Amino acid sequence: MSEPKGGAVSEPKGGAVNVPKGGAVSVPMVSAEGVRKRYGGHEVLCGVDLRIAPGEVCCLLGPSGSGKSTFLRCVNHLETVDGGSLRVDGALVGYVQRGDRLFELRPREVAARRREIGMVFQRFNLFPHLTALQNITEAPLRVLREPAGEVRERALALLERVGLADKAAAFPAQLSGGQQQRVAIARALAMRPKLMLFDEPTSALDPELVGDVLEVMRGLAADGMTMLVVTHEMGFAREVADTVAFLDGGRVVESGSPDEVLVNPRHERTRAFLSKVL
Amino acid sequence: MDPTSVRAVPVRHYGRWAGAAVLVVIAVLFFRALLDSPNLEPATIGQYLFKDYVLHGVGVTLLLTAVAMVLGTAGAVVLAVLRLSANPVLRGGAWAFIWFFRGTPLLVQIIFWGFLGALFPRITLSVPFVGTLFDQPTSVVVSGTTAAILALSLNEMAYAAEIVRGGILSVDRGQTEAAHALGMSPALTMRRIVLPQAMRVIIPPMGNETITMLKSTALVSVIAGHDLMTVVQGVYGNNYKVIPLLVVAALWYLALVSVLSVAQFFVERRFGRGFAAPRGGLR
Ligand SMILES: Nc1ncnc2c1ncn2[C@@H]1O[C@H](COP(=O)(O)OP(=O)(O)OP(=O)(O)O)[C@@H](O)[C@H]1O
Ligand SMILES: [Mg+2]
Repeated sequence: MSEPKGGAVSEPKGGAVNVPKGGAVSVPMVSAEGVRKRYGGHEVLCGVDLRIAPGEVCCLLGPSGSGKSTFLRCVNHLETVDGGSLRVDGALVGYVQRGDRLFELRPREVAARRREIGMVFQRFNLFPHLTALQNITEAPLRVLREPAGEVRERALALLERVGLADKAAAFPAQLSGGQQQRVAIARALAMRPKLMLFDEPTSALDPELVGDVLEVMRGLAADGMTMLVVTHEMGFAREVADTVAFLDGGRVVESGSPDEVLVNPRHERTRAFLSKVL
Repeated sequence: MDPTSVRAVPVRHYGRWAGAAVLVVIAVLFFRALLDSPNLEPATIGQYLFKDYVLHGVGVTLLLTAVAMVLGTAGAVVLAVLRLSANPVLRGGAWAFIWFFRGTPLLVQIIFWGFLGALFPRITLSVPFVGTLFDQPTSVVVSGTTAAILALSLNEMAYAAEIVRGGILSVDRGQTEAAHALGMSPALTMRRIVLPQAMRVIIPPMGNETITMLKSTALVSVIAGHDLMTVVQGVYGNNYKVIPLLVVAALWYLALVSVLSVAQFFVERRFGRGFAAPRGGLR
């Protein structure tokens, strides 16, 4: 069996972050245990188990309708979880535990938790009435209330990093899909998140624009960002992911290193899915 | 023959020509009748058009329009947000307010506020153990102008609330989600992300509302609102030159509405920013 990329402690990436100086095992960035989500009578997630260590890149695969987006949206509380426990960096998503009772968080507290989680959507969802630069500076200015000069500098640096230094004054409607998605990534990064969620970030893009976006994500992974990525880009998953999880029927059917899951899948359903997408 | 330009005999629209001819004839007949009328009195119109008290009336009409639209729009945003609230009591209250003020004639509402003193002779505000903080006859607190502003802006709130609600609902849900994912609170999301985009949908009908409001202010003449119409009525009540003075009023309303239409164009362009590439490329 091949060595899993993120698992071994000797690995500089992921592994080193996992064991801080004190020697204590660190809290996982995301830990889902038996997460359930129902829409009306239809149970979309029926017991999802998933763990993502700090610095780890996890790719979530699965057929359409298997609940990938739903799970991602649960992680930053855009959807409420019906059962099980879901923690981000040790804290329950959407609730606070006092003694043995759970209390729902107020909208303000939910918002505060979301600041630490960046999200990138399939349809970009840039703010069309703001320029690329304003899209990036909006939240740091209004939510974190950071000084304007500093925020502007950081935003310009982020635009540079995603290769769009010359597009600061452009409105989203004047950008290509790939450029919009890179601005969206910069917008999320401007909040200095400790976890980034990507929901099929390249599937609304023309094939020739996919590469630029994946390049930016590759760079992020190399910098040690913790990422949970829903994607159909198998090349990206194989190359960049530390772990790959296969979701089907509202459950994680199989998870492990890319080699384990993508090359030698143990489950029939994983094999059937891979034979269709590869 | 030049291959790049097509030369062909265009289709003749005989029906259109006939229709246009009929219209021209009707227009000529109408204006001749108008000018032949001994009661139009162009000289009288000219004499009153820029009289100081007429200009003052124009000023009051503009002021009423502006104040009622500002208060009405502000209230409308609150009502629209309440109508979309998750709290059934707030939702129901906003619904009832809109139901009442849209369901009764504006003229009735204006007269009601004008004669508020008949319902509540005094307005009193007293706090238990502290005593009476405020006690005045209603006629002093709610003057003619105040009553006019109350009536016009409350009525406007009810209509504009539905326009604003439609605008809010027209904004893609993905926008709210993206804002929430950035850690923006619901209030901040509404103010910075949803409302500015809703404006694009809200502005054109609100332009119409403003124009309607400008003309609706004429109704406050029933409670002596000192507006253009009140002034004009006062004058022709004395000299019986009804038609020329109505023309004076109509010319002023037309002029003001024309100015508003131009303003609407610029406001729409401002809030349409980012939805279509501005002419001449990037700024
Ligand atoms: N708001 C909702 N109300 C009702 N049903 C929903 C809602 N959102 C999602 N669903 C249902 O939940 C199921 C899972 O949806 P989800 O979007 O999570 O799938 P997915 O794995 O992301 O699929 P895809 O690859 O097509 O994006 C689907 O059957 C969908 O119809
Ligand atoms: Mg999805």
